[in-house]
Amino acid sequence: MLKSFADYIVFTVIGLIPGSHVGEALDFFIYDTLKIFLLLTVIIYVVAIIRTSFPPEKTKRLLSRKREYVGNILAALLGIVTPFCSCSAVPLFIGFLESGVPLGVTFSFLISSPMVNEVALIMLWGLFGWKIALIYIGTGLVVAIVSGIVIGKLKMEKYVQDYVWKMQVGNAEIVTLTFREKLDYARNYTLELLKKIWPYVVVGVGLGAFIHGFVPQDFLARWAGPDNPFAVPIAVALGVPLYSNAAGVIPIVHALMEKGMAIGTVLAFMMAVTALSLPEAIILKNVLKNRLLVVFFGIVTAAIVCVGYLFNAIL
Amino acid sequence: MKIEVLGTGCAKCKTLYENVKKAVEESGKEAEIIKVEEIPKIMAYGVMSTPALVIDGQVKFSGKVASIGEIMGLL
Repeated sequence: MLKSFADYIVFTVIGLIPGSHVGEALDFFIYDTLKIFLLLTVIIYVVAIIRTSFPPEKTKRLLSRKREYVGNILAALLGIVTPFCSCSAVPLFIGFLESGVPLGVTFSFLISSPMVNEVALIMLWGLFGWKIALIYIGTGLVVAIVSGIVIGKLKMEKYVQDYVWKMQVGNAEIVTLTFREKLDYARNYTLELLKKIWPYVVVGVGLGAFIHGFVPQDFLARWAGPDNPFAVPIAVALGVPLYSNAAGVIPIVHALMEKGMAIGTVLAFMMAVTALSLPEAIILKNVLKNRLLVVFFGIVTAAIVCVGYLFNAIL
Repeated sequence: MKIEVLGTGCAKCKTLYENVKKAVEESGKEAEIIKVEEIPKIMAYGVMSTPALVIDGQVKFSGKVASIGEIMGLL
């Protein structure tokens, strides 16, 4: 239905010729923008309602004194539904450790929460289809679980800043919202998020449409195809400075995949965009000594690169 | 009344602080508004997501930016 609406606008109202570069690019742009904003609005709203039932204080209680493995799996899953912003990373980290959540389990949460976020999932689902979105969730969870287990096994507690262990943490009551308040919260949250990301979506889809219409097929196959062993690490390195712009980056990557970028490279790039960020590293430096910070980023990077190679090999 | 806005200095925390200032002005009530940015003080309230609002030592909410109207209802 959206497709025929976009076709109608471009080829009937504006009168561009089907098959022309400009016509195809504009058709692609209108269709994708409509589809993505529709999905974003509905799903962010639903996810926000679910999130009101999982405040971080409750997640902390669910995870405290959980053991390895079970704890890591639960932490990665809770990372999907617990609202998280990197500016709260420090209080969250301290709160978790103080209530007895093991270090490795805390990291599984810290890795999964930004990586498996609803905006990235919606964009992947809308542009790449549900299969790729599911693969992204699945591998994202595995990366978070495995990285957390490895950090736990390395026994790095002494590389957490010393003051963290001495902190006195109060016990805030969990404020339970009425259903009405939950809906209000979800509405405000959705509007705020859309207000923040819409320019990135429009620019991203615009660039994607341009690539779709003007760049020749298989243009990238030589450099970013499955046969270039350096494509995955380069994609991961490029993803780091693009932090938090999943909304703008995914449409561009989608167009690049059409032009021959391999799927594993695409997934690794996306994960690097969402999970590895310099601002987060700077914030975490408040609670982690350098060695643990380097180990954390090293392990996550290695896990993401493995995901890239794996999917380039099997798909 | 003593109002504390807890937050480590992110954009959302500043927005909440501004909203609190406006809410207090509009309500015409007497209140001292303090920005709390030190981690130990924030942790002492048991707050794990910022920004959070504390009125007379009691955590009213955390992890969101409340509207001016909403804050006026809490004063």
